[in-house]
Amino acid sequence: MRTFRKGGIHPPENKLTAGKPIVGIPTPPELRIMLSQCIGVPAKPVVKPGDHVQRGQLIAEAGGFVSAPVHSPANGTIKKIEPTRTHQGIWQDSIVIAIDPEESESFAPQARTPEEVEALSPDEIIAIVGDAGIVGLGGAAFPTRVKLSVPKGKKATTLIINGAECEPCLTCDDALMRAEAEKIVKGALLIMKATEAEETVIGIESNKPEAIEAMTQAAAPYPYLRVEVLKKKYPQGGEKQLIYAVTGKTVPAGALPIETGCIVDNVATAYAIYEAVYNRIPLMERIVTVTGPELSNPGNFLVKNGTPLSAILDFAGGLPEDAGKVVAGGPMMGRAVSALDSSATKGLSGLVVIPVSASKRMQEGPCIRCGRCVSACPMGLEPYLLMLQAEHKVWDGMSEHNVMNCLECGSCSYICPASRPLLDFIKLGKQELRKAKI
Amino acid sequence: MTITVSIIVLGIIGIIAAVLLFAAAKKFYVYEDPRIGEIEELLPGANCGGCGFSGCHAFAVECANASSMDGLNCTGVNSEGMKKIADIVGLAPVASQRHVAVVRCSASCENRDPRNHYDGVRSCAIENALYQGESDCIYGCLGCGDCVKACPFEAITIIPGEALPKVDFNKCTGCGKCVETCPRHLCELVPYNPPTPVVWVACANRDRGPIAMKECGVACIGCTKCRKVCPNEAPEITSFLARIDQTKCTACGDCIAACPRHSIVSSSPIKTHLQQQ
Repeated sequence: MRTFRKGGIHPPENKLTAGKPIVGIPTPPELRIMLSQCIGVPAKPVVKPGDHVQRGQLIAEAGGFVSAPVHSPANGTIKKIEPTRTHQGIWQDSIVIAIDPEESESFAPQARTPEEVEALSPDEIIAIVGDAGIVGLGGAAFPTRVKLSVPKGKKATTLIINGAECEPCLTCDDALMRAEAEKIVKGALLIMKATEAEETVIGIESNKPEAIEAMTQAAAPYPYLRVEVLKKKYPQGGEKQLIYAVTGKTVPAGALPIETGCIVDNVATAYAIYEAVYNRIPLMERIVTVTGPELSNPGNFLVKNGTPLSAILDFAGGLPEDAGKVVAGGPMMGRAVSALDSSATKGLSGLVVIPVSASKRMQEGPCIRCGRCVSACPMGLEPYLLMLQAEHKVWDGMSEHNVMNCLECGSCSYICPASRPLLDFIKLGKQELRKAKI
Repeated sequence: MTITVSIIVLGIIGIIAAVLLFAAAKKFYVYEDPRIGEIEELLPGANCGGCGFSGCHAFAVECANASSMDGLNCTGVNSEGMKKIADIVGLAPVASQRHVAVVRCSASCENRDPRNHYDGVRSCAIENALYQGESDCIYGCLGCGDCVKACPFEAITIIPGEALPKVDFNKCTGCGKCVETCPRHLCELVPYNPPTPVVWVACANRDRGPIAMKECGVACIGCTKCRKVCPNEAPEITSFLARIDQTKCTACGDCIAACPRHSIVSSSPIKTHLQQQ
């Protein structure tokens, strides 16, 4: 089995929700839809307070090139446009929709026939993806339209569909692959057509046998589409790691994956593209894994964009008494939520409720130069050195040691026997360098 | 016998080395103005950089070569000390204004409900970069003590139980290390002429009044009451936040009594006209 070369760790999986089906959660009476849901410029609202909106209606248009439009996930009335807290507690603009309790779900757009889909040109597919507000659903939320537009002079050869799901605890991609393998494959074929790629590889880690089987069956009729089973190792789902694992090519430092002729998209993104192109359904809900050892009803839930996190947790059985932290995203790369009244976004892949006993940080000790962080780093960096430089504010030195290549996977902090907060300081350095650039 | 031989051999080596060192010292002797050493002895030696030079030695060199003491001032020594330095270089001393640092936040735990608990690295820089702090106010003090670590004169301490830094004006030299360290820009240098106390707005919240009121019990809401009572119009209000112009302030204390939010504080208690009435 293939995997990436440098570094990597093996954290315990804890995929408690692996066998659970996808369950839709009831629409809350009020949705708070953030205008900034992806990397780049926030969307611009096109509705006014008092307007009545339908499910699937455009409520905010893209604010720039790197930006994505936002659609209403249910029928209702626009209450107001006001700031709402993000998961990290920062106030950002949002559209508040009061949901129509009678008819919140009615939405039956005219589906495209297979012939109509066949007739679409690559540019038309990319335009549909852009208008549907699709962003990378793996967690980074990069607008997919931008990713699919291959720059002039570059050629995409391989499309990689990311089904690695290397984060412990999360099972949303696994659940989707089991349930909707056919649609993911059709979505992948659409991306292939849009980017004019020659072959497609679906990378899945070996700990998901059902998903592998379902995807292999769905991919069988297409000779240029195959499933690659990967050895379980974190962070396999990182773009550069997955490209190496599947093709053996290394993306140069600071370059985009297209330099190696690869395009990487998540399975959930491929599914969203299928829905947008075949059924004309924009991206307005996604699967969120809600899990935790003490949670009474963990599962993979279909969550409408804008649902408050507290409502999602209530559906999962409510916050257990000894909940120490709620992490948005996976336990490795996710960040603790500081405001449970914040709402679900397109990039939210999971909510992990961690008990107090497991959420406390260990007492930090001095660095003993054991070098474990260096051997764990999948990008070949020296985290101990970067932390030392950040502590002494040597930002230029950090830049010289390629801190910007760090993908913030947290392998270094995980492996450190002295529990040093390596990633915190590296993130600080990256932010300072970004500030200095502006 | 062995001992005697070793003593003699080592003694001879020692004498040869001493002669060589003496010759080298004579040959490579560099003349340094003796006044530089004298000045350096008067300086605190903290290399804080508050004078604008890279350290105490650089400042001493600058003083020795100066043609006037204008613009040369060590914040770490008092006016007596600067007079002595001026005497050493034979120039007229220039009177300089003493500055101290004040913290523009007074939200102790009871005034500002923590919404969550931050248990990450004890560093304000990181807490500010990755999260927004424990309370609703995104302008206030984070209380991890980056300023305490930065202060070369140990003038700043965190008040136990309040998670707020306090500056000891007797130790503070106004070097400005804390000003450049605080990620939320809460430290500010203000002129200090003891025994006249310093009056400042201990708040940096720029949110509109109703929001600021919810966020913190002692947040400035920009109500302009302080400006109305001030005989010299020292408080200036920009983006819902008052700031006292220290050049106009006479420390009468009227604004402290007038402030409905208790955001204005002074370094020592002032009996105000308003309170007397």
